[in-house]
Amino acid sequence: MKLRSAIYLASAALVLAALTLAGALPSGAADKVDPVADAKAFRKFFTDKFPKVKLEDFVNGPYSMNEDLYRQWQDKEQFPPYEFSLEMGKEMFSKPFKNGKSYADCFPNGGIAIRQNYPYFDEKEGKVITLELALNRCREANGEEPYSYVKDEMAALTAYMAFTSRGKPMDIKIPNDPRALEAYEKGKEYFYTRRGQLNFSCATCHVQSPGERIRAEILAPALGIVNAMPIYRSEWSGMGTTSRRFTTCNSQIRAVPLSPQDDEYRNVEYYLSYVSNGLPISGPGARP
Amino acid sequence: MASTIRVRASSNGDITEVQALIQHPMDSGFVKNAKGEIIPPHFIQQLTFEHDGKNVFTADWGGGVSKDPYVKFAFKGGKKGDELKISWVDNKGATDTTTAKIQ
Repeated sequence: MKLRSAIYLASAALVLAALTLAGALPSGAADKVDPVADAKAFRKFFTDKFPKVKLEDFVNGPYSMNEDLYRQWQDKEQFPPYEFSLEMGKEMFSKPFKNGKSYADCFPNGGIAIRQNYPYFDEKEGKVITLELALNRCREANGEEPYSYVKDEMAALTAYMAFTSRGKPMDIKIPNDPRALEAYEKGKEYFYTRRGQLNFSCATCHVQSPGERIRAEILAPALGIVNAMPIYRSEWSGMGTTSRRFTTCNSQIRAVPLSPQDDEYRNVEYYLSYVSNGLPISGPGARP
Repeated sequence: MASTIRVRASSNGDITEVQALIQHPMDSGFVKNAKGEIIPPHFIQQLTFEHDGKNVFTADWGGGVSKDPYVKFAFKGGKKGDELKISWVDNKGATDTTTAKIQ
């Protein structure tokens, strides 16, 4: 009897010690946000998991994961389904607004070959600015109605801008500003947080299980996933932007999607783009 | 407006391989829009490929074919530089025609 109570006491003390330790850990870890180490570890995770896949091939999503699918895709790329949208985007991009200005006036280098620099952190505003957001702001600044963020015109414009930047390595910078680091950290937190009735996080599918099937689809790796945006999805029988991908991912796991270009989505895009730094832009892409 | 038809045809001297992509909504007539109204049927009924005055490929389509359809086929004959005429007619009577050179 004496022995048992001694064991009980000892284990209670142990639990208490563990609790204080656990309580102390998170605050200690939160002080240290190291994006450079994050990006390195993120890339290493994928290159270790898929030693046969070339680094620049990760941007081709499910095609990099499955040989048969890869062959079908190469056939399809001779006649890519995003061609109509790309052409429409090119036409729209060069057409001036009613006030005579055009998209080229809103962007550095006339909007050509700059996709790899988006999203960026705006130090004046203290927030992340995505390419889609910048396009709509450009429209509003010139007295035009903003476009829907998810498809059609927005997808066509971003398709053209991505096309002119193809092959350029993703180049996202985190300026020396605590708010930028916070946006990055929040994006990372969103990416790894489980949500929805199915209790999935972004990472459940795109870090834990890329290359596996989810019903008939093959899951894409998170590394380089944003480099291929916007995409033509056969399932949508149309084009979709990064915003469309985020919102539909959320509803597929039976969570309530945020509105497109919500601060949280902008932060996730910032995080995901940053950890894909160095991988080439491949958009517009085609996906099953 | 640019043509709704994209074609690529190549000959290896014996067989000509043709690929085409057509821009068309291909509405089946069974789908409702966001307001719950039926989207009226609007689809290509016939697609033809003509070479040297002769039909080499005819497709009788209906609402079951996907939006922006893609076609690939091969036929015997056809030389580099020959002309291929492609046209479609839809259920509303709209039509488009284009020609492409075999490469």
